[in-house]
Amino acid sequence: MSSSAHAPNLAHHFESYEQQRESASLGMWLFVAQEIMFFGGLFTAYLVYRINNPEIFKMASSELNIYQGGINTAVLILSSLTMALAVREAQLGRSKRIVALLVATFILGGVFVGIKYFEYSAKFEHHLVPGEHFDLHLNAEELAYLEKVGITDQAKIQSRAQMFFSIYFAMTGLHALHMLVGMALIIWLIPKAWRGVFNADYHNPVECFGLYWHFVDIVWIFLFPLLYLLGRNIGA
Amino acid sequence: MSSEAHADSHAHSSVHVESLGVYFAIFGALIILTGITAWVAFHDYGQALNDLIAIGIAVTKASLVVLFFMHVRHSTKVVKMVVVSGVVWLLVLFAFVLGDVFARGPYSVIG
Amino acid sequence: MENQKNYLNASYGWKSWLLTLDHKRIGVLYLISITFYFLLGAVFAAFIRLELATPAGDLVQPATYNRLFTNHGVIMIFFFLVPSIPAFLGNFLLPLMIGARDVAFPRLNLASWYILNIGAVFAVWSLAQGGVDTGWTFYTPFSTAFSNGAVMTAAVGVFITGFSSILTGVNFLVTIHRMRAPGMTWFRLPLFIWGLYATSLIFVLGTPVLAVTILMVALERGLGLGIFNPALGGDPVLFQHLFWFYSHPAVYIMILPGMGVISEIVAAFARKRVFGYKFVAYASLGIAVLGFFVWGHHLFVSSQSAYAGIVFSVLTMLVAIPSAIKTFNWTATLYKGSVSWETPMLYAIGFMGLFAIGGLTGVMLAIMGFDIHVHDTYFVVAHFHYIMVGGAIMAYMGGLHYWWPKMFGRMYSPFWSKLSALLVFVGFNLTFFPQFIVGYLGMPRRYHAYPEEFQVFNVLSSAGATVLGAGYLLPMVYFAYSLFAGQKVGKNPWGAVGLEWETESPPPPLNFDEIPTVDFDAYDYVGKAKEAQVV
Repeated sequence: MSSSAHAPNLAHHFESYEQQRESASLGMWLFVAQEIMFFGGLFTAYLVYRINNPEIFKMASSELNIYQGGINTAVLILSSLTMALAVREAQLGRSKRIVALLVATFILGGVFVGIKYFEYSAKFEHHLVPGEHFDLHLNAEELAYLEKVGITDQAKIQSRAQMFFSIYFAMTGLHALHMLVGMALIIWLIPKAWRGVFNADYHNPVECFGLYWHFVDIVWIFLFPLLYLLGRNIGA
Repeated sequence: MSSEAHADSHAHSSVHVESLGVYFAIFGALIILTGITAWVAFHDYGQALNDLIAIGIAVTKASLVVLFFMHVRHSTKVVKMVVVSGVVWLLVLFAFVLGDVFARGPYSVIG
Repeated sequence: MENQKNYLNASYGWKSWLLTLDHKRIGVLYLISITFYFLLGAVFAAFIRLELATPAGDLVQPATYNRLFTNHGVIMIFFFLVPSIPAFLGNFLLPLMIGARDVAFPRLNLASWYILNIGAVFAVWSLAQGGVDTGWTFYTPFSTAFSNGAVMTAAVGVFITGFSSILTGVNFLVTIHRMRAPGMTWFRLPLFIWGLYATSLIFVLGTPVLAVTILMVALERGLGLGIFNPALGGDPVLFQHLFWFYSHPAVYIMILPGMGVISEIVAAFARKRVFGYKFVAYASLGIAVLGFFVWGHHLFVSSQSAYAGIVFSVLTMLVAIPSAIKTFNWTATLYKGSVSWETPMLYAIGFMGLFAIGGLTGVMLAIMGFDIHVHDTYFVVAHFHYIMVGGAIMAYMGGLHYWWPKMFGRMYSPFWSKLSALLVFVGFNLTFFPQFIVGYLGMPRRYHAYPEEFQVFNVLSSAGATVLGAGYLLPMVYFAYSLFAGQKVGKNPWGAVGLEWETESPPPPLNFDEIPTVDFDAYDYVGKAKEAQVV
């Protein structure tokens, strides 16, 4: 980005800070729109298989740890708050506070990824990773529930449950990857914020990153009920 | 739509700074809605209603994040159109694919 | 004149090109890349036509033939057609035509070029690994569970390249929204810009679905998942839905910029404003939007439900309407215009006829009953080549010839360029018209051998391909020659109306000495009669 003494951080092809800011924001939103479609393909696959196998999906979903999922949801919502506050501090040009809030966001992101690590490990232990060793253990009550709706073919149950977990890993894995990229970007932002680069005229990187981070939060807002909350009401 | 005639490093910005109170209120609302959706999941109101409530709450939470945390409330018309277009296009993808799925019936081949 | 700084001579050296942020240089970088990929894709086409000159499969093994047509398709579509007009002509011209100094995000622009080529490295590497044999459509479960080709490498390449498109789309949309010169209102924009805008919508909303679908194919192939594999409970038709959700709008990515070019050329060489400007502008948006609702016409015989088929069939017929509106409007523009037959105009006229044939056969294919009969035959192959080669590539060639003097400050030989245009037109029709007939008679596509009774048509087609190839190779010679010995041109060698013709040829690095204030409509040959002169 070229600068001059008169207009630091204003690129040469823009006429004003406002034009630059609005362009950055619009560009980032267009990127978010394509991310919506990107995750959308996986959501489509999820919807197709869930509609075709509602009961087996419920059984598979109940293998997920709702506490870990719930805590992660709260953690991400909190990280969205800290990020929104970080953008606010960038608008006000208060560099120390920006850094503090970015660090908080980073830590919360780390907590999320950490919990995910434990979740994934548990899946490995319980043979719920799709592949040769996949083996969903259903107890008598669950088998009876499936029998009541006419599903007795064990091979079909295993294969559709495996489908649930394929989609689970693909979706949460892609989401976690986005989280990690986000955390790496925070590392990139922190030194800039520390140096006092951001102010009311120019805070585009923080604002645009904020949009990215909130979007990743929104994906999880949909993943949590769709993956974790299915079938919790069986026997209710 | 276009710009001022010359760059002005100390330009009066048109940046809208949201109040702290609003941010904390939205945060509170998001946490509460998460609690509600989890609570509802453990009760059986019929599959259709359970699903509708879960999606409805998720959409509400997402809307709060978009409007307040992502500042769309104060954004330009173009940005609002981009948000709407993204959502609508997603719904188009869902609608046509699921329409075909419903009309075809469940896929039942097992190898 | 000699010493004037333009974007070409403003700086020298590898770094000044490979690290440039100037949209014009980036456009030229794209020109070099896509020309290379075009030649690569053409080599595969040459082998295909060589094999098909005789009914027996005597040139290559069937498995090899599968790789030939797959690689031809993958390279031509993803590495030539999709980027061609937008990334080369679009990048060069967009800021000039709207009166801006650059696109909104110059670094992202350069990144898009690198991303295209990084993806291409993977695609070429997949060729080195023996190539892919699934067809460019990667249908599952063959691509995920059975193929022995280099599917993963090719999938990675296509995935990466998709982001080049997405970022270009973002860049163009923001540039058009935020960086128009004072007075350049939406309805004063050249129609080429409307075409780029509509294309960019598809880039942003469609490409990511292809990306995630390819990701799922890679996961399935690499990890043995069963998302699309019926043996594991998966649905192969789901793959087709997701794949075509992008790949149908992708064909509009390939034609919309071309239509924009045709509007520019027809206006310039009839010296008249485009008839029904607003209709053409809205039709561009209409094609982009409606184009997202028709993908199921690729799934008529896939076991997609008949009800979905009916809906997609009707919508497909509807999407022909905006395309037809444009074609009628270009024709009406010619009426009582002051028409001259320079090379760009020859390509534009060729486009109008060939696109009409391609479009009409598309409407035929939209009819389910007919499609079932000709699905996977050469009728379909002929249809899409009429659109993509007779349409898109003709438009590309027209645009290349129209804006070459602006980009490089030199004119090429009128004689050789007109001869090439003729060779292209004749060669094209000789190559692809027989394919309509032989396809209707039942010759299947993607087969390396065929019954004897189809040989005549195939020989004509292969002969035509040779002529077409000559028509494409000649420009490389005379364009290269023009760079050193071509007649130098001034600002406005065609006497056209448009902001790009009001600056030097080649343009200065910052495009304009002063950002213009626009007070004229697009193609205002009446009001701007004084400026619309050869200079």
